This record gives sequence, structure tokens and C-alpha cells, in this order.
Amino acid sequence: MENINTPIELTKNSAFRALKDKAFLWGVIIVSIITISPIVLIIGKLVWKGVSQINLSFFTEITPSTFEAMTAVASGEVIPGGIVNGILGTFLIVFLSAIIAIPVGILIGLFLFENQGKRYANLIRSLSDILQGVPSIVLGLIAYLWVVKNVTQGYSALAGSVALAIMMLPLIIRSTEETMKMIPGTLKEAGLALGVPYYKVILKVLIPSGISGLSTGILLAISRILGETAPLMLTTLGNPMINWDVTAPTSAVPLLIWDFYNDPNMVDLIWSSSLFLMGFVLTLNIISKRIAAKQ
Amino acid sequence: MSKNIDIIENPVLKVENLSIAYNKADKYAVKDVNVTIKKNAITAIMGPSGCGKSTMLRAINRMHELYPDIRTEGNIYLNGDNIMKMDTIQLRRKIGMVFQRPNPFPTMSIYDNVIAGYKLNGIRIKKSQRDDIVERSLTDVALWNEVKDSLHKKGTFLSGGQQQRLCIARSIAFQPEVILLDEPTSALDPIATSKVEDLLVKLKENYTIVLVTHNMSQAARISEYSMFMYLGDLVEYGKTKMMFTNPRDKKTEEYLTGKFG
Ligand SMILES: Nc1ncnc2c1ncn2[C@@H]1O[C@H](COP(=O)(O)OP(=O)(O)OP(=O)(O)O)[C@@H](O)[C@H]1O
Ligand SMILES: [Mg+2]
Repeated sequence: MENINTPIELTKNSAFRALKDKAFLWGVIIVSIITISPIVLIIGKLVWKGVSQINLSFFTEITPSTFEAMTAVASGEVIPGGIVNGILGTFLIVFLSAIIAIPVGILIGLFLFENQGKRYANLIRSLSDILQGVPSIVLGLIAYLWVVKNVTQGYSALAGSVALAIMMLPLIIRSTEETMKMIPGTLKEAGLALGVPYYKVILKVLIPSGISGLSTGILLAISRILGETAPLMLTTLGNPMINWDVTAPTSAVPLLIWDFYNDPNMVDLIWSSSLFLMGFVLTLNIISKRIAAKQ
Repeated sequence: MSKNIDIIENPVLKVENLSIAYNKADKYAVKDVNVTIKKNAITAIMGPSGCGKSTMLRAINRMHELYPDIRTEGNIYLNGDNIMKMDTIQLRRKIGMVFQRPNPFPTMSIYDNVIAGYKLNGIRIKKSQRDDIVERSLTDVALWNEVKDSLHKKGTFLSGGQQQRLCIARSIAFQPEVILLDEPTSALDPIATSKVEDLLVKLKENYTIVLVTHNMSQAARISEYSMFMYLGDLVEYGKTKMMFTNPRDKKTEEYLTGKFG
């Protein structure tokens, strides 16, 4: 009964705590809003301005000429045509890059994993880290010198793919090595103890066990290069038509966005194309997060 | 040879002057071991932690070769053939291994785990033959009744004890001559442990079993011969019954009576 003031102290204390909790909660809410508002604003803007241009022909027709666009804009209509040459070009270029970068990146990643702590492995790992920091336009220049000038004798999808594959490499190398490190060594030993040759253990036990880690890395690498513009300007150039020839100039969605930006009649197409690209990248990101979470 | 080490006639395995060091700077983890192992029997390897039991066991199927720093000296003969001169792939098909922790392949079903030896090696056999091998191996490890309706579920969905029996099934599916087991029951509860023990007793009719164990009563229950190792040395080797009732070396006696270890 002497402790009559204890409850009072407690209430005071808890009132203070409740206040602190509230302040903290509001702090978190405000910081979250600040963090997500750019992405919300960007997507909002793209949807707002771009969605009116997105229709069937957007995905099935090639880019309109300036004249067609001008006529449509003058009469207040939706710009005709679409960006199918860009979409297919992006698919072609990204597909080629992936074909080049995935096997090479996985092999190097496996090599680094197998040679932990070795001098030359550390050297390769550092080089790969440096490669990740090389500005993409420089990679574009290199692909220009190697491929455009010497291999395809002109602007080509292949040249762009080489530049983008080099961009993908460090990401795939790193994710392969990290994924392999996560796989318990006992699994490798279990395979070898069955008399399975080493390379088959890697192919049939380790890679399948790490498949989700590997595919996450690959998807993130692809979403990383999807929007690259500068290296493509120096290598694939662009093409108003659909092109499947890897040695010929090829369009890509980011290249089209840049073209539209430079043509006052096509401004509306900037938004729809950006919306498409953004949606694509976002989807890949979500898929890779899903795969990673499943593991 | 030391008086504390029995010699077996016509051994399936013969270990000769085996010494192993983990790297150049290290002292030997296994020192000049000479031992002969009886066919179709369970041989237990006992000794305090760190005495070199696993190191010795892993030399028998040349697991150490995965790690280039490890130095292995001496020879091991399987039915008179020097295993150091064999192809490791052929060798490991003759000498199977079961690990301390169950390690079924996580991407494979129970069925595929059992025939993993064939599948991973790309050995083609008829479906009916595959089914037979799976059923026979799982029956041998007393797992068939528990899993026959869920053969296509992932092996990792099984309980720890079931997983370990699956791993044993995986190693016997290939019909090796020798099975090496490194503390196969240390991660299991008593019931699962006794199932695995029963299984090993049954399996010795067809296979030679070398078992590392920390559990002296396990060695006493199921093994015919026992080794006692201490600080890398093979201190004593002989009939398990003899060793438990009348150990020849003082260290063995101290260990078996729980004075250390
Ligand atoms: N990978 C390794 N690198 C270096 N030394 C090792 C390695 N593995 C084991 N050793 C050393 O080799 C010796 C024998 O180890 P080993 O694993 O064979 O013992 P063990 O008898 O199996 O012990 P436990 O009963 O604890 O499993 C120990 O001194 C240990 O420190
Ligand atoms: Mg051990």
C-alpha cells in the first residue's frame, strides 16, 4: 500500500512510451513514403501518359513515319503504328546476350567457386568486379571496335549483344559463385561417393540444386540490360523495320524511346514505350524475387 | 605388427601403412595404420573425437582427393587390388559411402534418389529393371512400406531417420562390395537408430560394412570386429566381444570404461 505511486509512474511511463511508439511509427511511415514516392510517381506518370497509346497495333505494327505521326497529332488522333520492331529487336539482342553471357558467366562462376582462395581466382574475381564498374558506353565502344568494325562490318544486333553480354557477365559470375557456396558440400560428396564423375556432379547435382539462385541472377542481369541505350547507339544503331538478321542493324525499345524523344511528333510514344519497358523490367524483377523467396 | 592388432585371413580390405595429413604443415591425422577387414561383417571404428576415424574412413573410397592439400600415404587393397591405382569412379561404385548427416539429393524424388547412381552416371536401364532396383533397395532398408505410395515426392520431405535409410538405399542400389558409414545414426532418435542398426545387421549378409561410431553400445550390439583409434594411431583391433570384455591396451580399457573420450 506504500507503493501507491507506482501505478502512476507506470502510466506516465507508458504514456511516454506510447508517444515514442507513435513518433516512431510516423517516422517509419514518412520515410517509407519518401522512398516509394519516386517509383509511384514514375509508374503513375507512365500509365497516365502512356496507356492511351497502348493498343493491339502498339505490339503488332512497326514505328510510324514522322509524317503519319504528325497527321495523327494534328487531327487529335492516337498515333498509328507501334513499336514491334523495337520489341522484337530487344528480344533478339537480349536473347543473344543471354546465350553468350549465361554459359560463360556460369562457367567462370563455377571456376571461382572451385578455386576458392587461389591467387588466379581472386584475380579473376577482382577483374569481374572492375568490369561491373565499367560505364556501359565504354562497353559499347569496345563492341564497336571489336564487332562492328571487324566482325559484322557494320552496325549489328550481334555487336550490341556482345556489349550487353559483357555487362551481364559480372552479375552472373557473382550470383553463380554465391549460389554454389550456399549448396552444402555434403551434396557434392554424396554425388562423388556414388562414383559419378566430377563434371556430372556439377551438371546434374549442384546446378539443379542451385537452379533458383542461378535463375534469379540471370533474370536480374537481364532486367539490368533491358533498358541500356548508350551501348546500343554505338552498336545496333536502330532499324525502322523488323529485323531477325543478327549481322544487320536492329531496333530496340530504348533506342526507339530516344528516337521518339527527338521527334516532336512522336512524343506520345515515349510514354507508352517507357511504360512497356518499365512493366517488362518490373515483371522480371518480381519473378526473380518470387523464385528467390521460394528457395 | 603390433600384438594388439589381429590379422584376418582373406580380408576384403587391407590397409597398409596408411598415413594422412590435412596439409603440409599439419601433423598426421592418421598415422601408419595397418589393418585387415573381414568380408560380410560389420567392423566398427571407435575412438574419442578427433582421433582420425572419419579421416581414415574417407581414405577408403579416396574422398580425400577432392581436397588437393590432403596428403595420403600408404596403400589400401580391395580384394587384393590396390585402390590407389584404380579409377576413382570405378572404386566408388565398389565402395559406397553413407554420411553422418542424411544428404538425399534435394532436387530428386525418393525414386530418383535411390537410382541416382544409375541416373547421374547416365547408365540406361529398362524401366521395369529400375522399378525392381528401387523396390529391392527400399525393401532392404525397410523403407518400402513407408514410402511406396509417395515414391515421387521429394526425398527431403522424409524424416531424418527415413532420409538416412534412403541414403543407405541409394548406396546399396549400385550393389557395392563395401559400405562405409560415418556415424550414420548420430543425427537420429533411438527408434530410428535401432531401425538403422537392424538394417546394417541384415545388410552384412551381402555387404562388408565399416562403421564409424561414437556409440560404444552400438559397436557392441552390432559389430563383429572393432578398431580403437587414439590420436591418429590404431591402438587395438580385434573381435568386438574380446575388446569389450578383455581389452589388451590400457587406453582402450580407459576409453571403454568411460574414463575419457
Ligand atoms: N578438413 C580438415 N582440415 C584440417 N584438419 C582436419 C580436417 N578434418 C579433420 N581434421 C583434423 O584431423 C584430425 C582427425 O579428424 P577426424 O575428423 O578424422 O576425427 P574423428 O575421429 O572423425 O572425430 P569425430 O568423432 O569428432 O568425428 C583432427 O585432429 C582434426 O582436427
Ligand atoms: Mg568424424
